[in-house]
Amino acid sequence: MIERNRFLDVLSHAVLILGVLVVAFPVYVTFVASTHTMEEVVKAPMSLWPGSHLVENYKAALLGDRIGMGSTAAVGPMMLVSLVCALIISLGKIAISLLSAFAIVYFRFPFRMAVFWGIFITLMLPVEVRIGPTYKVVSDLGLLNSYAGLTVPLIASATATFLFRQFFLTVPDELVEAARMDGAGPMRFFKDVLVPLSSTSMAALFVIQFIYGWNQYLWPLLVTTEENMYPVVIGIKRMISGGDAQTEWHIVMATAMLAMVPPAAVVMLMQKWFVKGLVDTEK
Amino acid sequence: MAAEKRIVFRSTWLPWVLIAPQVLIISVFFFWPAGQALLQSFQQSDPFGTSVEWVGLENFVNLWNDETYLASFGTTAIFSALVAGLGISISLVLAYFADRVVRGSTIYRTLMIWPYAVAPAVAGVVWLFLFSPSIGVVSYALNQWGFEWNALLNSRHAMALVVMAAVWKQLSYNFLFFLAGLQSIPKSLIEAAAIDGAGPWKRFWTIQFPLLSPTSFFLLVINVVYAFFDTFGIVDAATKGGPGKDTAILVYKVYFDGFKALDLGGSAAQSVVLMVIVVALTVVQFRFVEKKVNY
Repeated sequence: MIERNRFLDVLSHAVLILGVLVVAFPVYVTFVASTHTMEEVVKAPMSLWPGSHLVENYKAALLGDRIGMGSTAAVGPMMLVSLVCALIISLGKIAISLLSAFAIVYFRFPFRMAVFWGIFITLMLPVEVRIGPTYKVVSDLGLLNSYAGLTVPLIASATATFLFRQFFLTVPDELVEAARMDGAGPMRFFKDVLVPLSSTSMAALFVIQFIYGWNQYLWPLLVTTEENMYPVVIGIKRMISGGDAQTEWHIVMATAMLAMVPPAAVVMLMQKWFVKGLVDTEK
Repeated sequence: MAAEKRIVFRSTWLPWVLIAPQVLIISVFFFWPAGQALLQSFQQSDPFGTSVEWVGLENFVNLWNDETYLASFGTTAIFSALVAGLGISISLVLAYFADRVVRGSTIYRTLMIWPYAVAPAVAGVVWLFLFSPSIGVVSYALNQWGFEWNALLNSRHAMALVVMAAVWKQLSYNFLFFLAGLQSIPKSLIEAAAIDGAGPWKRFWTIQFPLLSPTSFFLLVINVVYAFFDTFGIVDAATKGGPGKDTAILVYKVYFDGFKALDLGGSAAQSVVLMVIVVALTVVQFRFVEKKVNY
C-alpha cells in the first residue's frame, strides 16, 4: 500500500466484485435454467431463482431417459469419451515430448538440428488451418470414430517438447556427471533423475493440456459420426440444432454445467500449476 | 536457443528410438497434411474426388475475386479487433484493481480465472441462451428497456453476441498475465513516484502502463490468434456464421467451404492463406520476444 486512499480502496473492491459478478452471471443463469422444467424455462422471463427440478434434469441428461425433438443421447457416456480423450491427449503429449526433449538435449546425432526445427515448425500451425487434409489422412487410416483418430492428431504439436527442452537445459550438468560416475546409463538417468525433477512442469502442462483436450470442438465434429464416440461438447451442440421451439433448454443447460464442471474443477484445484503452465507454455 | 549441454550421452541408436514417436506423429498428422493442403490449393477436384486437375494459382485468384471471402476477411478483422481491444482493456482495468487490493486478491483471482476452462462451443451455447430473442433473460430485459434485440436477424447484434462470448472466455487469460506483470513491477518505483507527488492516475500512465507494454503486446498477438482460430466453437454454436454470412470468420469459412460446400481446392487455398497469416503472427511474436530479452 503506497498511500491511504479510502475512495480508491472502495472503488477497487467495487470494480472487482462487479467484474466477478458479470463473469459469473452467464454460468449462474445456466445453472438456474438447469433446475427448472422446460415450461418454466421457455416462459419469458425465466425466474432467476433456482427451481426444484435439479435432480431429475441432471438424471435425464446423464442417462438420456427422456423424449424430445432434439438429440436425446445420454450425456454420461459422452463425458466418459471426453475424459478419456483429455487424458490421452495430455498424458500422450507429456510422454512423447519428454522422450524427444531428452534425446535433443542429451544426445548428439546427425540431423539433430533438422529434427529440432521440424518440431519447432509445428508450433505455428494449429489443427484448424489444415483440417481438410488431416481429416483425409485420418479417414484413410481408418481411424474415424476411434479414440486414436480423436486424439493422436492433436498430440502432434511441439509446445510440450519446447517446455521440457527449456527445463532440461537448466538442469545442472553435475547431475549427469554424478549419475555417470555411479554407473547409470542414459535411461536410468532419465528415469531416476530427470523425470522426478520435471514433475512440476509435468503437472503444469497436464492442467493446460487436459483443458485443451476436453474442450476440443472442431476436430471431434469432423471425425466422429457415431453417437457413442461424441465428446460432451459435441453432444450439447447437437441438442440445440433444432431451434428455440424444439430445444429442451433445461436439459441443454444441465449438460452445459456437466461439460463445464470437470475442467473448471481442474483449473481451480490445480490453480498453482495452472498459472505456471500458462506462463511457461507461452514463453 | 544457443545453449547446449557440455556433457552428453553417447549412443548411435538410442536418440532415434526416443524421438521416433514424436517424429512419426508429426510426419503423419502434420507435415503430410500441411503438404497436401499446399498441393490441393493448386488443384481443382470435383466433390466426389473422381477427377483432379492442376489449375495453378486459379484457386487463389478465385479467392481474390470472391466477394464473400473478402467480406469474411473484413468480418474477421472487425471481430478480432473487437475481441482483442475489449478483452485487453477490460482485463487491464480488473488486473489494476486486483493488484491494488491487499487483502483478498487471491480470492478475486480464483473467482476470475475459471472461464478459461469453459469450452468455446459451450460458451457459445450459454451466451446464445442468454440472448435468445424469444426466451433469453438478457434479451427480455433489453426489450423491456425498449431495445429491440434480435441476434438472429440483425447482423450487428449477432456480431456483438459472438464478441461478448469470446471476450468473456478470454478475460481470465489476459487478467492472469496482466496481474503477473503488475505484480512484477518493483514497489519502490511506485513509492518513489508517490513521494514525488504523482497521484494514482499519473503513476499508472507514466510507470505501470509503459512497463506493462511487453505484456500488452504479447497479449495482443495471443488475442488475435485466439480470435482467428480458437473461436470457431463460439461462432458455430452461437450464430452458425449467420445471419447470412455476417459472422462467418475465416476459420468458419474454411470449414464450411471444405466440409459443407465440398470445394476442396478453394478450402485448401484458404488454409494456405491462414497458414501464412499464422506464420506472420508467430514471426512478429518471436521478434518481440528477442527484443524483450535485450531490454
